[in-house]
Amino acid sequence: MNHLDPQRHVRGESQYLDDVPTQQGTLFAAVFESPLAHGVLVNLDLSAALAAPGVVRILTADDIPGDNQIGGIVPDEPLLAHGHVHFRGQPVALVLARHEHQAHAALKLIKVDIEPLPIITDPRVAAAQGELIVPPRTFKIGDSAATWASCAHVFEGVAESGGQEHLYIETQGAYAFPTEMGGVRIISSTQGPTAVQRHTAHVLGLGMHQVEVDVTRLGGGFGGKEDQATPWGALAALGAYCTKKPVKLVLDRMADMRMTGKRHPYSSDFKIGLDKDLRIVAYEVTFFQNAGAAADLSPAVMERTLFHATNSYFVPNVTATAFSCRTNLPPNTAFRGFGGPQGMFVIESAIAKAAEELGIPACEIQRKNLLRENDLFSYRQPAEMCHAEQAWDTAAKEFDLAGTRAEVEQFNQQNKLQKKGLAVMPICFGISFTKTPMNQARALVHIYSDGSVGVSTGAVEMGQGVNTKIAHVAARTLGISVNRVKVESTNTTRVANTSPSAASATADLNGKATEMACAALRERLLRHACTEYTLNYEGLEIRDEQVLAAGVPAETDWEKLVSSAFWKRVALTENAHYATPDLHFDAATNQGHPFAYHVYGTAITTVTVDCLRGTYTVDALRIAHDFGQSFNEVIDRGQIEGGAVQGIGWMTMEEIAYNAEGRLLSNSLNSYKIPDIYAAPKVLDVHFLDTPGHPKAILRSKAVGEPPLMYGIGTYFALRDAVRAFQPRTALPFSAPMTPEKVLVSLYPEFSAAETGWNATAVGTPASIAS
Amino acid sequence: MIEFYLNDQPIRTTEAPASALLDFVRYHEHLMGTKIGCREGDCGACTVLVGELTTDGQKVTYQSMTSCLTPLGNAHGKHIVTVEGINAAAGQLTPVQQAIVEEGGSQCGFCTVGFVMSLTGHSLSEQPATEKSTIAAIDGNICRCTGYKSLERAAATLTAQLANRPTQNAVAWLSEKQFVPAYFEGIPAKLAGLRTQLADAEAKAKALNEASFATAGNDAGAVSTSPSGHAQSQNGHGSSFPHAAHPLLGGGTDLLVQRLEELREQPVRLVFDQSGRRGIRQEAAGRVVLGAATTASHLLESELMRSLIPQLPQYLKLVSSTPIRNMGTVAGNFINGSPIGDLTIMFLALGASITLADLTGATRELALPNVYLGYKRLAKTADEQVTEISFPTSLPGDFFNFEKVSKRTHLDIASVNSAAWLRVENGIIQAARVSAGGVGPVPLYLARTSDFLVGRELSAETVAAANEVMQTEISPISDVRGTVEYKRLLLRQLLLAHFLRFAPEEIVVSNLI
Ligand SMILES: Cc1cc2nc3c(=O)[nH]c(=O)nc-3n(C[C@H](O)[C@H](O)[C@H](O)COP(=O)(O)OP(=O)(O)OC[C@H]3O[C@@H](n4cnc5c(N)ncnc54)[C@H](O)[C@@H]3O)c2cc1C
Ligand code: FES
Ligand code: FES
Repeated sequence: MNHLDPQRHVRGESQYLDDVPTQQGTLFAAVFESPLAHGVLVNLDLSAALAAPGVVRILTADDIPGDNQIGGIVPDEPLLAHGHVHFRGQPVALVLARHEHQAHAALKLIKVDIEPLPIITDPRVAAAQGELIVPPRTFKIGDSAATWASCAHVFEGVAESGGQEHLYIETQGAYAFPTEMGGVRIISSTQGPTAVQRHTAHVLGLGMHQVEVDVTRLGGGFGGKEDQATPWGALAALGAYCTKKPVKLVLDRMADMRMTGKRHPYSSDFKIGLDKDLRIVAYEVTFFQNAGAAADLSPAVMERTLFHATNSYFVPNVTATAFSCRTNLPPNTAFRGFGGPQGMFVIESAIAKAAEELGIPACEIQRKNLLRENDLFSYRQPAEMCHAEQAWDTAAKEFDLAGTRAEVEQFNQQNKLQKKGLAVMPICFGISFTKTPMNQARALVHIYSDGSVGVSTGAVEMGQGVNTKIAHVAARTLGISVNRVKVESTNTTRVANTSPSAASATADLNGKATEMACAALRERLLRHACTEYTLNYEGLEIRDEQVLAAGVPAETDWEKLVSSAFWKRVALTENAHYATPDLHFDAATNQGHPFAYHVYGTAITTVTVDCLRGTYTVDALRIAHDFGQSFNEVIDRGQIEGGAVQGIGWMTMEEIAYNAEGRLLSNSLNSYKIPDIYAAPKVLDVHFLDTPGHPKAILRSKAVGEPPLMYGIGTYFALRDAVRAFQPRTALPFSAPMTPEKVLVSLYPEFSAAETGWNATAVGTPASIAS
Repeated sequence: MIEFYLNDQPIRTTEAPASALLDFVRYHEHLMGTKIGCREGDCGACTVLVGELTTDGQKVTYQSMTSCLTPLGNAHGKHIVTVEGINAAAGQLTPVQQAIVEEGGSQCGFCTVGFVMSLTGHSLSEQPATEKSTIAAIDGNICRCTGYKSLERAAATLTAQLANRPTQNAVAWLSEKQFVPAYFEGIPAKLAGLRTQLADAEAKAKALNEASFATAGNDAGAVSTSPSGHAQSQNGHGSSFPHAAHPLLGGGTDLLVQRLEELREQPVRLVFDQSGRRGIRQEAAGRVVLGAATTASHLLESELMRSLIPQLPQYLKLVSSTPIRNMGTVAGNFINGSPIGDLTIMFLALGASITLADLTGATRELALPNVYLGYKRLAKTADEQVTEISFPTSLPGDFFNFEKVSKRTHLDIASVNSAAWLRVENGIIQAARVSAGGVGPVPLYLARTSDFLVGRELSAETVAAANEVMQTEISPISDVRGTVEYKRLLLRQLLLAHFLRFAPEEIVVSNLI
């Protein structure tokens, strides 16, 4: 079965936020943002802007009836700046005008007086000054400090990974309507409808029941609309509440890029110890997370970095510490992988460093240290139903790792100005919200009297195909065609207190709830069939819309059964609640069983670097992935391909640049580049590993949203491999993304402003260039 | 008054000619299938098709364009197609749509309509569909969800289907196969009717105005050909008299990114469809002449250009994207004055000059290097318009090469770009022109480096010495596209790359690399 939504997407009929027909009288909002990254807000002069054509009202912190606070984990983020500004792009005021362009024109007329304060953009500087979002945390197993002396090899280093702009193609936005009871109804482009509802209620000083949030679909989210859709929903709601008019707020691309947070950049110190057989004995790592100006989801992201600090490897002695550092940048936030990729990048760097120093291929160390059944993670959960070695070995065999390596070596011997590189990237990713209470979901299922079915859950469709999966679960459980099932918009009045669509767990949680609700309805209908048609309950089932008694068609089918149940006053609605069993985690000891299960996989990446120009191509990305029992291969493959290419983007061309004043330089699609069709790997193979799946995964089909992003990390190490093939003596820092600039300067390390000639770079002595 | 067909509907509008076609489609006509991702031509979510009647009035040729940067005025006399205009009745999918659905080429769907339109445009194209050309058709469409592999598979399906497309009367075949609705077959006649009607109206207006400027019909039939272009006041009434102060607007791919808000409020001089501003011809005097409204796509389609510069398709693949190349003009690239304009860099090395006409019609010629005085400061008055661009025809055996490196290889602005033209006899360089972008406040013609090369032999020593000269001739600054050191290093490498292309055997690099 295909993803259901694309039928409408290709015809342009799917409705996104900005496509909702505009109600008459709607006011358009534009956000006035802080022009400085840190300072005291001395004065705000709105007079000229208020007099501008079309301007109806300008709202500031003073207009907020409730609490000016939208911090999710830590209450440290005002909706509109008050007293201080903490980052460039922080919302200060909201202009409401009759036309969108009038609202934007008025922004230029607002005068703000800010007394500047010192600006920090570097997380290590912030940590040194004690600017921490939350106290640091340490995950520890064994005793790394006591182990160094007995290690055969010990290596230390620094690894840095950059931020990443989500670049959902649909920008952030919300459309709010005043309701007759003094509340608001918000159409929001959010992954977390409940977050928008809760914070809006708080800001407006209302009960949550007075705020309704509805989401049909998102034009991409990737974590960027988990917490950071909230300000725009709350601002639109504030406008609607204050003016009693509908208010629409859609960020233009550059405003979105300036004002919203991104994937957290990390700067980390590592130390790795191996025994003489290349077993990793000890690993110490300190992460400095660049959190930006407010907590947002940073503490949770930081925690997941610690969970994934050892990636797919078993390490008996681990000390992993993380600092969430407050800087004057927009608050960084969730992004596919949620800190996991940042953690994995560091241990892969440590392994690469060891391999480079020892003069052996990194994969020798990697393979030897893969997790095995019942190995403990630093947080004490054992690796159960572990497929790390299976994934590696299958990839190595299916994709001929040995042969590929030989080819690369041969190519490099024969070519001077082009070099190939190879890297293997195993992954292991834990599925569940690491905050245990969030692992709950509900589904509301109506069977209408004509036999059609409506399903509401807390899942938000943003391209990941969750609605299709849920429809499939409902149809399969009820024994009917998927065409009878409609998955409704995500609405806080139908399904309350939801967790955001995140942590790759949406289909599992909401799918399980749907399965439970449908199973209860099925049982009720079959019990009804029992009495109505005097059948034996044992052996009764519904298959392909036909009621079967011990495999034999009974005299009723789905439609008739539903109709008769309705007339006999049988409840055709069910509401089910699912909470993932057996999860626990103690954040004081950093021990427990936080994940329902882990997902495994291995990717082999090959690249070619043009050593004349410093440019490169990803030739092939070949992946063996643990889907469990996939019940929708089109969707699941799409998640792998899309995630992997996003990961490649993060590791190669996606370079977030802020200047020392905290101004975003990579502030548009013109200056921030994500992969285009030519940047995708020429070959992208996905092998479905033969694994049983996990009982806690929906229909044993494992979560697939985030894990593939981390395959992209292999590209960084493959590029490094190629650069070193050309220039073995280069001092190559572990610093992602590996832009063409970094590649070129690594290829020609002796070049400098003073030494611009070639004579300085006496490297290699090829006879002539024929390649 | 701007008149055109939007899907199967005739449109007459007095909206501002410099406003974006996208806004007209979405917020005026409420056709919400066309999406907004960036408003700067960089994502393709807003892609529409623009059909233009051929001069003989028999056929309509379609090109993809990003509607966010298409000036509404450039739709005049044309057929604009949005997704609503290709959707089949009753939920049926077109083969393009079907292929995307089947291969899982749509996830969140926000980019999808853009892909559908680009691929539909490709189906309507007269070029044979190959694996490469089908992918090239979506080189301006960004997707954040799929990783493109599913879209590549959809493209392959489509390429196979299009193998059967007849070369004659393709629209009938396409409509039979439901690529486009049947009304497409009637569009040439409708546009021809519109052309006649607009020409009549123009003639009447001219008689009334007794305008002192020479006018004549052009392809679209209703655009004045005065040197100052056809002016349209904001509301379509009032004087259509060209005015010196009115900004000139070509394809809009620079101007609508930079100044949309401001331009929407004032009359502009549209040059994109101005008569006589297109076409590439070989003049007897050994020069090649291009009309100022020649687009990058026109360069690509020109057999003359391809015969002079066989590598042109590879070079132009590095310049923007298919929809932007369909819109952006060579003159616009020159006059925008960006220090890294790719076409400018190419034409500097080709030895180009431009013809400028003022409001009286008086013309002067200016060598391209002399156009640039300083950062975005040009040796041209605001009312002067580029009418023609010319460059000397190369001799067989002359070398030309263009190099460009950017963070993303395609659809990106160069960190550094460079072009070189050389004439060599018996291993000695007889004449040379080298240009470089991204290494100074203007697109640089490297006069000293070029002079230095003349009379020297084609050797590694010459490259090394030329690099020393070149490094003194440039003044890059650190910015989002790279640090000073990187740009200097990169240009050195690109200089070497030119020479490696010209004469791999002669350039012994043992003492270089
Ligand atoms: C997404 C995107 C990618 C791009 N990528 C590239 C790239 O890779 N390389 C590159 O070089 N450029 C690139 N560009 C820039 C742009 O496409 C080119 O510079 C293009 O050639 C501009 O032509 P235009 O007709 O669209 O100019 P317009 O925007 O219409 O005009 C640009 C300037 O030229 C003036 N002008 C136009 N025509 C005339 C004339 N006949 N006489 C006098 N003045 C005139 C205008 O007044 C204006 O000042 C890109 C642009 C976009 C939006
Ligand atoms: S909106 Fe992105 S190209 Fe037009
Ligand atoms: S499907 Fe989401 S951007 Fe392409």
